[in-house]
Amino acid sequence: MTALLKSKPLRDGVAQASFVGGILLAVVLFALTARANLEAQGLTSGFGFLQRATGWGVSFSLIPFETSDTYMKVIGVGLLNSLFLGAISLTLATFIGIAIGIMRVSGNRMAELIGTTYVEIFRNLPMLLQVFFWYAILTSLPQPRMAVSIADIAFLSSRGIYLPGLNVTGLSVFIVALMLVAAFGLRLWLSTGDVFRRMARKRKAMLARAIWLGWLVLAIILLWSGRIPDTPLLSIAFLKGLNFREGLRVSPELLACIVAISIYGGAYIGEIVRAGFNAVPKGQSEAGRALGLTAWQIFSRIRLPLAVRSMMPVLTNQYVWLFKSTTIGIAIGFVDFFFVISTSISQAGQTLELIAILMGGFLVINYSLAWVLNRVNDAIKLKGTQLWT
Amino acid sequence: MTVAFGALALWVIASVVDWGILHAVWRAEDREMCMHGSGGACWAVIDARWRLILFGLYPFEEHWRSGLACAAIVLVGILSCMPTMWTASRLAGLWVGGFVAFYVLMRGGLLGLAEVSVQDWGGLSLTIFVFASVTLIGMPAAIGFALLRRSDLPWISRTMGVIIDAVRSLPLLSIMFTFAVVLPFVLPSWIPTEKLYLVIIGYALFFACYQAEIIRGGMQALPPGQEEAAKALGIGYWHRIGRIVLPQAFRNALPPTISQLVITCKETSLIVIIGFFEILASGNAAYGTAEWNFAHIEVYCFVALLYFVVVFALSRYGAYLESRAAAAAR
Repeated sequence: MTALLKSKPLRDGVAQASFVGGILLAVVLFALTARANLEAQGLTSGFGFLQRATGWGVSFSLIPFETSDTYMKVIGVGLLNSLFLGAISLTLATFIGIAIGIMRVSGNRMAELIGTTYVEIFRNLPMLLQVFFWYAILTSLPQPRMAVSIADIAFLSSRGIYLPGLNVTGLSVFIVALMLVAAFGLRLWLSTGDVFRRMARKRKAMLARAIWLGWLVLAIILLWSGRIPDTPLLSIAFLKGLNFREGLRVSPELLACIVAISIYGGAYIGEIVRAGFNAVPKGQSEAGRALGLTAWQIFSRIRLPLAVRSMMPVLTNQYVWLFKSTTIGIAIGFVDFFFVISTSISQAGQTLELIAILMGGFLVINYSLAWVLNRVNDAIKLKGTQLWT
Repeated sequence: MTVAFGALALWVIASVVDWGILHAVWRAEDREMCMHGSGGACWAVIDARWRLILFGLYPFEEHWRSGLACAAIVLVGILSCMPTMWTASRLAGLWVGGFVAFYVLMRGGLLGLAEVSVQDWGGLSLTIFVFASVTLIGMPAAIGFALLRRSDLPWISRTMGVIIDAVRSLPLLSIMFTFAVVLPFVLPSWIPTEKLYLVIIGYALFFACYQAEIIRGGMQALPPGQEEAAKALGIGYWHRIGRIVLPQAFRNALPPTISQLVITCKETSLIVIIGFFEILASGNAAYGTAEWNFAHIEVYCFVALLYFVVVFALSRYGAYLESRAAAAAR
């Protein structure tokens, strides 16, 4: 018996089995209790409810949605809205972050001071507070009748911001945007992929132009075919009665989320950009100066490419984290993935199934985001002889 | 360039000062005085409603208890920033002691204090309570997770890795929500399910998963010779971990730990979405009456200032620790 206790493989085996077994046991126990509780409440489990009509509407949707549509569709609407919000605010956050980061390493005292103040203010306040703050400001804009007008084509009012828009369906705009991302990806692949390494410079440039041209042609065709019939292509908002008609309405909820996430994310990305630039050894830019390159050439040809490479892994984490924080939109009633799930839970009562969909959705999105960014990182990272150390 | 940026900065500063100080109304009997003011900030709303913002729905005559409890935790926080306190037993004793004092003061029912149920807690003290308990539960759990994740036994480390990665890729909000909504469903009925505690446990799990990765990073930065030397001397697992690996790992992991604490402190504000009356919600309530409904920006600025003081102090402290460590390494 003591010999058995002293055998290391046996002890290890028992430890592992009891650890994994314990977790499995807890899961099984939870599932059993859940089933008992559900039966006691007379609820049926399963995903059949996804085919039922919701009976409630959503305030913002990229695709047409009626109250008679199914739960499946409302979840799709939420997912699309989340991706939409994430795409816009992550892009804006990147631009802000790059601007702030460059300001902080520019060597100009005033610019550094502004950048530092920006980062310290917006990084040290909870994002939820910032969302509430911008939402309060946007909803306290004047009524539509007294809206602030910018050259009579854009209007700021408490009901939202009205911009001139195209009379096309949301779906075609979404596909065009998706294709833009794909074109960017193709372009990146073209300049870094191993397959194209031996290709002549001229042919590469021609291919790159072909990518953009192809995108443009497809975009025009798609937008044209997605036109809403019997309307002019460009629609400008105008006041009729108590509210604006036509035009592209950006709701205060969406705008507050976009502003808050991009400002908050911009502060974090700014720090990453700064760290990236600081990680470039000084000798690199000194060598550039010794070769007689101009300041702009040193920045764009030497410091930036090296900085981007050292930023990439940290940026990946930051993007995943920022995308997760888009769920904050629920606080002010933006209809995102989390919002539709929690409304569905209170309306349909299928708690466990809906939570499973929520978790699954986020796992898939975040893992694919991280996967794509890691591929980009693998493609652009310094290899072999390019390493400076 | 300098001039352009300087002008921009000056313009922003001037308009903020103009709004916040020069044209501000500091004291007012009612909204009329603010409304007919000069277009500046109306700080009178803070003057009138600060108790609601700080203490929430806590009974009025017991507010001193809530204030004292917050002060106790803040004191504990400041004390634990001092290097003399940096031994596991002192830190643990300090935090557990401070937390018990906080809980007794807030909850009452002992020493002649009237009992106040958890539902009535609110404002700053609820924020501090959530933050302190998340850290207290999460930190030991994080150490445990990190050790399991680094275990030599493949099944244990892999399972733990899957759990940690899954939790880390979910939004905090959805985890809190799941704990608040799903756990009452799946737990047997004899386990009490107070919503606040469930949310805290969910948050602590989230914190522990992030912190576990930070500690693991600190462990991996240790030269392997340290552990090998301990093994060669025949030191047992627990002594090896407790006396050699963890103290050094924590020193390595201190800067990211501080920034994780900063993020945790900021994200306690999310519990307002699950329906708790923490400081952001009590701020909303402060301007949510007909009398003060125009003064939201002032209230948000006040709450922002409270957060800013704590979070900024923490992040400065983190920067100080980093420079200290850099000086020591030289």
